[in-house]
Amino acid sequence: MEPLVHINNLSVSYFTYAGEVQSVRGISFNIEKGKTTALVGESGCGKSVTSKSLLGLIEKPGVIKQGSEILYEGKNILEFTEKEWLHFRGKECSMIFQDALVSLNPTMMIGKQIMENLQNHNKDNLPTGEIRRKAKEMLDLVGIPDAEACLNKYPHELSGGMRQRVMIATALITNPKLLIADEPTTALDVTIQAQILELMKELQKKLGMAIIMITHDLGVVADMADEIVVMYAGKIVEKGSNEEIFYNPRHPYTWALMNSVPRLDLDSKQELVTIEGTIPDMIQPPKGCAFCSRCPYAMNICAQHMPQNTDLGDGHQVACWLTDPRADVSHVPFLTGGAVNV
Amino acid sequence: MVKYCLKKVAQVLIVMLLISFFSFAIIDLAPGDISSSYITEDMTAEEKAIIIEKLGLDKSMPEQYLAWLSEALKGNFGVSLSYKTPVMPMLTKRLPSTILLMGVSLLTSLTLSIPLGLIAGYKKNTWVDNAISGFAYFGMSIPSFYFGMLLIILFTAILHVLPSSGMHSVGVNTPLDTFQHMIMPVLTMALGSMASKVRYVRANTIGQLAEEYVLAAKAKGTSSVTILFRHVLKNTLLPIITIVGMNMASLVCGSFIIESLFGWPGIGSFAMEAIGKRDYPIIMAYIMLSGFILVMGNFVADILYSFADPRIKRGIDTANG
Repeated sequence: MEPLVHINNLSVSYFTYAGEVQSVRGISFNIEKGKTTALVGESGCGKSVTSKSLLGLIEKPGVIKQGSEILYEGKNILEFTEKEWLHFRGKECSMIFQDALVSLNPTMMIGKQIMENLQNHNKDNLPTGEIRRKAKEMLDLVGIPDAEACLNKYPHELSGGMRQRVMIATALITNPKLLIADEPTTALDVTIQAQILELMKELQKKLGMAIIMITHDLGVVADMADEIVVMYAGKIVEKGSNEEIFYNPRHPYTWALMNSVPRLDLDSKQELVTIEGTIPDMIQPPKGCAFCSRCPYAMNICAQHMPQNTDLGDGHQVACWLTDPRADVSHVPFLTGGAVNV
Repeated sequence: MVKYCLKKVAQVLIVMLLISFFSFAIIDLAPGDISSSYITEDMTAEEKAIIIEKLGLDKSMPEQYLAWLSEALKGNFGVSLSYKTPVMPMLTKRLPSTILLMGVSLLTSLTLSIPLGLIAGYKKNTWVDNAISGFAYFGMSIPSFYFGMLLIILFTAILHVLPSSGMHSVGVNTPLDTFQHMIMPVLTMALGSMASKVRYVRANTIGQLAEEYVLAAKAKGTSSVTILFRHVLKNTLLPIITIVGMNMASLVCGSFIIESLFGWPGIGSFAMEAIGKRDYPIIMAYIMLSGFILVMGNFVADILYSFADPRIKRGIDTANG
């Protein structure tokens, strides 16, 4: 089946006073129709920049570099004119943001902000009353009690969870084929997080849109994602299906991420594992593997040469020298499912 | 909200009382008084004393103040010492022309400065922004009396297209004639007050455009111009409301400089004249009027805030029960 979005060799750089910050360095992956793809990685790995590229929201000093390609239903959206973008944003592809409080205009009523999306794409010339009715329907759909009253409220009058529901209602009122969720639950407490994720899954079943879930929380990913893309320092280090990544992870960075998820089933006295060090300077990215300086299994070659993508079958790809047949992997815990410290 | 308004009204009363007392005291401290225009060299000491007593200037300052206050509270601001007629009718007669001039100036500066500020902020650091900001700096730096004189030289002395002074030509009373008389004073007033407004709106627009809700609106497919006017505009209005609130007083009290320069028969030039003559009742009435409008202007601005930003209304409501 043809994927909904095919991202090919996407590179984005920010030109700052200090120099060219290479936020995203030639990444390629597909987004399947109606599926959830998770972009996972720590802060600054380029996942948000990737999602912004999908909506043409990269602004100066950011530049999408030559040779990048994002094919949406076969059309390269990077060559869109401003008019085509206006049609694309909100209609074909919507986005929900991390912090709903700052993403909603504080001086505008909720109803107006939801309706705005549909009004921007009002091909059928629906009357305002009809659009308002649809906005109310959407609020009902995302589980807001007394939707009619909510339309006339201001963002500060709602709780955090309710605001995120409003964001989701706004994004989905146009029935987009793709929904980008940029850390949609990070600003919420855990019980509300679960509700919002449940809601998104439910809506996906009902409306059939593809979701790109951007997160650093593997707990969220395990629950939601069909496909997982692990990013580090602007590159994809590993990608594959949910099962492959969780049961057969092959990249030391993926292991490290999994180890740093707090777990309830472990001894409570056990310290939470963190990944030592910080991400490399993206103005002068390392010549070899970017994770090399933090990787406990780094070999000499890792610092010198960039590892190539290795296909492990079933769409599972990893970029690590450990998968090279010449590497000595006797001390590497491949088979422990990533639980390195057990 | 009602409780808040009542609180504010009580504050206004106290402020007004303080304003009246201090301005009365300051006038009393100034050397010279109105009696000098009635007393001549050849008068005897007795005659002088009679005149001073007649004018009520022999009493102490607190006595004079209390006498003035008790009458003022009844709405009687006394009789002008130089014109020998009641003060209030003289002020109210001049009020309409001042409000006309100042109102038109305010509207002109608002309708020009808000879009200019928005555009400058949106096109930050481009030539458009530089041109608008350069214009704003020019307006801020040039003294209004100087700019006014330049206008008079250009349009009256050289081009002979606009009248230089007054509100009507002699014997003519048409709106067009008044309009022609208004052009130069309005331009002079508007240029000076526009400058700071443009800068405020620009700075606020830049700040608001960096907000996440702008990105969110963009992600809905809203065009840049719509974002600017539908989303950003309302959020940049707060500082403008503050400035307009403070300018309220000049709306009613006129401008000393502009009205004098263009011979506009308004309250500003009238008060200027009264100060020269030490005509206390007029000066006091003028101060009370401007003080009252200034305080009320700020009060109205406070109320307007809560319309521009619903979060402020909630803050006010929770703070005042």
